[in-house]
Amino acid sequence: MPTPTKGPRLGGSPAHERLLLANLATALFEHGGITTTETKAKRLRPYAERLVTFAKRGDLDSRRRVLRVVRDKSVVHVLFTEIGPRYANRDGGYTRIVKLGPRKGDNAPLARIELVEAMTVAQEAVSEAERARGSRFIPRRRPTGATAEAAADLAKESPTAAAVAAEAAETAVERVEAIASDDDTAVNDTAVDGGAAVDDEPGTPRTE
Amino acid sequence: MAVPKRRTSRSNTRSRRAQWKATTPALAKCPRGHVVRPHTVCPTCGRYNDRQVIDV
Repeated sequence: MPTPTKGPRLGGSPAHERLLLANLATALFEHGGITTTETKAKRLRPYAERLVTFAKRGDLDSRRRVLRVVRDKSVVHVLFTEIGPRYANRDGGYTRIVKLGPRKGDNAPLARIELVEAMTVAQEAVSEAERARGSRFIPRRRPTGATAEAAADLAKESPTAAAVAAEAAETAVERVEAIASDDDTAVNDTAVDGGAAVDDEPGTPRTE
Repeated sequence: MAVPKRRTSRSNTRSRRAQWKATTPALAKCPRGHVVRPHTVCPTCGRYNDRQVIDV
């Protein structure tokens, strides 16, 4: 949920601001990027990103909630079929604001707000690594996916990779056993971990 | 309504206006050597962080 804004509304009244932001968001999704004043761009960012989050969810309920803001059905269609799936592996930060300098005429500082591109393979690898390392924003989890595969390949060459691969294998074993006896998970956890490592409960971020 | 009792002297006017000073703008160089405002797209080449942002 974006932080509520303090101070005066854009355009003077709450109703005017709602309409302004709705129109700006519609234009942003229609064109992929728009030039506006810095203030409006900054107010639009959390608003538009919330709509993208709805688009990522993609069900009928979220589509109706977006339609309350973006009245243009074709724009909502584009948002749900193209923009939402594009950001499937991105956790927020779907827009970018760059400053363009003052406008001729009223000297208002202009900015361009645009939807960022889909993540490249390199960026995905970085986010996977961040997740494996564990940061303040991404709690540490057992390595999965590409990281686990890479670690398994390099296990013979470096002790670090071997450790990561072992940890990934542990997760795989845990998963198999969880499927085998899904009714008593508590016993299973202690059996697998053996008190050696701190187990990762889902939903409880581990701080370092 | 309150009105001025005395005409503002030439000296007072000029003293007041002597304080109207322009400030030097903060300037930086874009990677291609153009002079730009910091944290702003280069208006000459239209690039920011080596990414083309606007058509020039």
